[in-house]
Amino acid sequence: MFQVRIHGRGGQGVVTAAEVLSVAAYLEGKHAQAFPSFGSERKGAPVVAFCRIDDKEIRLREPILEPDALIVQDPTLFKAIDVCQGFKPGGYLLVNSNRSLSELHLDVVKQMPAGHVLTVPASELALKHIGRPLPNAALLGAFAALTGIVHLKSVVAAIRDAFESEKIANANVAAATAAHDAIASVTAAA
Amino acid sequence: MRKQIEGSRAMAEAVGLCRPEVICAYPITPQTHIVEGLGEMVRTGEIKNCEFINVESEFAALSVAIGASAAGARAYTATASQGLLFMAEAVYNASGLGLPIVMTLGNRAIGAPINIWNDHSDAMAVCDSGWMQLFAETNQEAADLHIQAFRLAEELSMPVMVCVDGFILTHAVERVDVPEQADVDAYLPPYEPVQVLDPNDPISIGAMVGPDAFTEVRYLQHYKQTLALRLIPEYAAEFKKKFGRDSGGLLRTYHTEDAELIVVAMGSVNGTIKDTIDEMRADGLKVGLVTLVSFRPFPTTALREKLVRTRNVVVIEKSLAVGMGGPLANNVDLALRNVAGAPQVHSVIAGLGGRPITRASLHRVLRRAFVQPWEGSHFLDLNEEIVAKELHYVRKVRRSGPTAENILRRLGQAAEKAAV
Repeated sequence: MFQVRIHGRGGQGVVTAAEVLSVAAYLEGKHAQAFPSFGSERKGAPVVAFCRIDDKEIRLREPILEPDALIVQDPTLFKAIDVCQGFKPGGYLLVNSNRSLSELHLDVVKQMPAGHVLTVPASELALKHIGRPLPNAALLGAFAALTGIVHLKSVVAAIRDAFESEKIANANVAAATAAHDAIASVTAAA
Repeated sequence: MRKQIEGSRAMAEAVGLCRPEVICAYPITPQTHIVEGLGEMVRTGEIKNCEFINVESEFAALSVAIGASAAGARAYTATASQGLLFMAEAVYNASGLGLPIVMTLGNRAIGAPINIWNDHSDAMAVCDSGWMQLFAETNQEAADLHIQAFRLAEELSMPVMVCVDGFILTHAVERVDVPEQADVDAYLPPYEPVQVLDPNDPISIGAMVGPDAFTEVRYLQHYKQTLALRLIPEYAAEFKKKFGRDSGGLLRTYHTEDAELIVVAMGSVNGTIKDTIDEMRADGLKVGLVTLVSFRPFPTTALREKLVRTRNVVVIEKSLAVGMGGPLANNVDLALRNVAGAPQVHSVIAGLGGRPITRASLHRVLRRAFVQPWEGSHFLDLNEEIVAKELHYVRKVRRSGPTAENILRRLGQAAEKAAV
């Protein structure tokens, strides 16, 4: 089982990101379970959502306590809460930031294998493609490139499934694809 | 059709497939997504011949369902927590009048202190109101139980509550096979009421009943639930034949055959318990599980048969009858009443107000049951230090203030101290 915890702030689409990721995994024939952290969510407050992915039925209903991957939609959360709580050694960390990893000064990075941690300017890409700083589609595209747990084409299909408006879907697909390709070129170069 | 969808959406689609004629509900977390979905399906015409009635309260929601059902319509509503309490009088009326309404209960704690998260306090508050109560383990079962619930309710002319864990199920997106309309139509015949308010053939429903007849009316209510003990497994078996999966029934078992310890639980926590049992069995500990689907009627005989040969029973429940202990544990005790050499029953109160029930905690408490069984109720993951401090404080200070606020303040202080 692969467990993903997504940290963000109310209004960033944290819950939607977990749901879209679960649909992407489902489209690949996997079992997936997405759920929010069940708070009284409000704009700007820290929000957590979860996604489990497995080849067999997922029965577990506890929150994700030991994530294999962390997606952090807002790097200021590292100072506000213990984002890395229970984070598995050897896991993947994806941070939405237009700064480089070294500029973020994250302690957790020191213990992580090379190629398992990346920053992606997801809000910037979202502004460019969607016109609003909603980083989740770009982050999911980058997540596909970083982990290989789901393919970009499944993420794209899941995004199309999530948005009724074709225009909004296309914009999110563009953001996801751009983030994916940017990461894929970096990892290929490495 | 198999889909990756939110539990609430799956339930809304399942209810829609049952061809409800009147839906009325009042929004309350965590049930709201279900009726939002249904409202949309009525508006777009996806559900035909159905009126969605907006009401001003939960009391009105169930009152409208009662009126609609008495007029011969297939009626549905949904609520949770305080909403259920607000409609409590109508809850008893629906069952007392024998009206086959189906209601989803998105299980949530009851205040005060106000809490929007999941536990089973709301279901327990009305468990003896005459409604049948079925508890879903997964969103697949939650969807399926609604279809079975209409069949059961209408056959007996008694209301059914489908209990689904708030947030944990209602807000989880997972794989659900939503049945086809033709299959549901074949499984669930059109509603044929046993009593109808019809201006062309006037009758009265809801007469005052004195001591001369009240016991008989109540007895027949109880008798109908005993009939349900036979019908529920029958309908589950027929459901399996038609739809190819196990959903519903009175109870299900997991590794009970050779179990030295059997857990009894209801709702979504059964999944986590099964994963824990797999890990414990790998360590050689013979643990089994009875997942109770039907809480009302309570399957006394079926449960006794599953439990009687084991040595220890651990009842894990998300509810507390204050001053008594666990209501489910109490009911399980009843199933073992007067049984010679009956297993010991140990009660665990867990997950109150949405506290997560983790595998780690389940391991601890179940392993303890093998080596150090306890009497009374064990409160899983109780913060004993905070409780002790508060008890000490209220003994010393007369005007000690509100309990909830005191506990929150102590937690805040502990967190600050940890951060330093």
